[in-house]
Amino acid sequence: MTGWWLTVVVASAACLGLKLAGAAVPRRWLASRRLRRALGMMTVGLLAGLVATQTFASADGLRLDARVIALAVAALLLWRRAPFLVVVAAGAAVAAGLRLLGWG
Amino acid sequence: MGRRPSGGGRSGSAEAAIRQAVSVSLATGLYGVSFGALAVAAGLSLSQTVFLSAVMFTGGSQFALIGVIGSGGLGSAAVAGAALLGSRNGLYGVQLGPALELKGWRRWLGAHLTIDESTAVALAQPDRGARRIGFWWAGAGVWLCWNGFTVLGALAGQTMGQPTAWGLDAAAGAAFLGLLWPRLTDRRTLLGTVLAMAVALLLIPLAPAGLPVLAAGAVGLVLGWLGFGGESGDRPADPSVGGPPGSSVGVSPDAAGDGRPVSAGDDRSTSAGDGRSVSAGDGVDGRAGFSGGGRAGAAVSGSSNPSVGGLVEPVPGADDSIARGPST
Repeated sequence: MTGWWLTVVVASAACLGLKLAGAAVPRRWLASRRLRRALGMMTVGLLAGLVATQTFASADGLRLDARVIALAVAALLLWRRAPFLVVVAAGAAVAAGLRLLGWG
Repeated sequence: MGRRPSGGGRSGSAEAAIRQAVSVSLATGLYGVSFGALAVAAGLSLSQTVFLSAVMFTGGSQFALIGVIGSGGLGSAAVAGAALLGSRNGLYGVQLGPALELKGWRRWLGAHLTIDESTAVALAQPDRGARRIGFWWAGAGVWLCWNGFTVLGALAGQTMGQPTAWGLDAAAGAAFLGLLWPRLTDRRTLLGTVLAMAVALLLIPLAPAGLPVLAAGAVGLVLGWLGFGGESGDRPADPSVGGPPGSSVGVSPDAAGDGRPVSAGDDRSTSAGDGRSVSAGDGVDGRAGFSGGGRAGAAVSGSSNPSVGGLVEPVPGADDSIARGPST
């Protein structure tokens, strides 16, 4: 548990440093549309990767379980423009419910 | 909440800014409960969890960090994931400079409070005065709520027992999808998303935990560089989707006050797909980056996966990770 302090502090410093750099850097340094689009798509890619690992990763590779159903329900709700908190809560409830029934 | 005594000489635009800021703060802050609970489930202590919310203070990165940690990834991979997701805030800072014109210590304090929500609320306001008010109220408001609810969540998490029984891992996946969703504004972005996911899925069985996420980010980076994807990279995502009710605020495109599009300002390149650059900044996202919900699930679910070995280095540019490929 305490072994994570270094990670926590370094990562926090990195994120804070990026914010400070954004305030310090002249605007024209980031004027390139190409650079901004690349960074924007990087964010999309990271989030996509997080969704994938969050939903399918297990200790021994890929796994289909209650999380997949929960994600499908979440997607449906997002499509129906449900509020974010509803989406998250529904994801938890679906997975918890399925597990209660003995699956996933 | 957020009502000022009336007749105090505040303009209508300032009051509107405060109202938006307060509603966004509450909605986003509430979500801190899940961060707190998931962080503890991932193996962090209460003080470490609180440290992240207070100092790192950017939800997507916080969730990414605990997600990698919880799924057995190396600290360096966790740091890289958090930092890459946090790069967004640097872009916001660049935009906010001319929009707010903060000087001295305010500039640096403001930098710390520069997140999706404060940026979106600020840029949604019609004049500089209201932008500043919106920025400070949203930044400070989210900070306070986020930290307060983080503590509550962490304390609850300590008593909850098995997080999977509560579906917290699935909640995390849903939250990441909720963050991603508003960014899927055009077909190419959607295609890029599918590609990034495919790469991540391919790598999950092969690579150390954490690396598939970075590789997916690298896929996005490369695709974006090649001209793929929408323009919304440097703006908080559209809040209208998935955002908490009432938090959506139309962001006027040239909030920078200098008549130029806030973000797309200085482009010379003409490539840019669909011209969304000017109009896309439409929203205060309840949590565009702020919440991230997730990774933690892996954290939660994959916890029997101690250090899958492997070398994920804190790559400054995620391209490395893809170039190097799965390390098996």
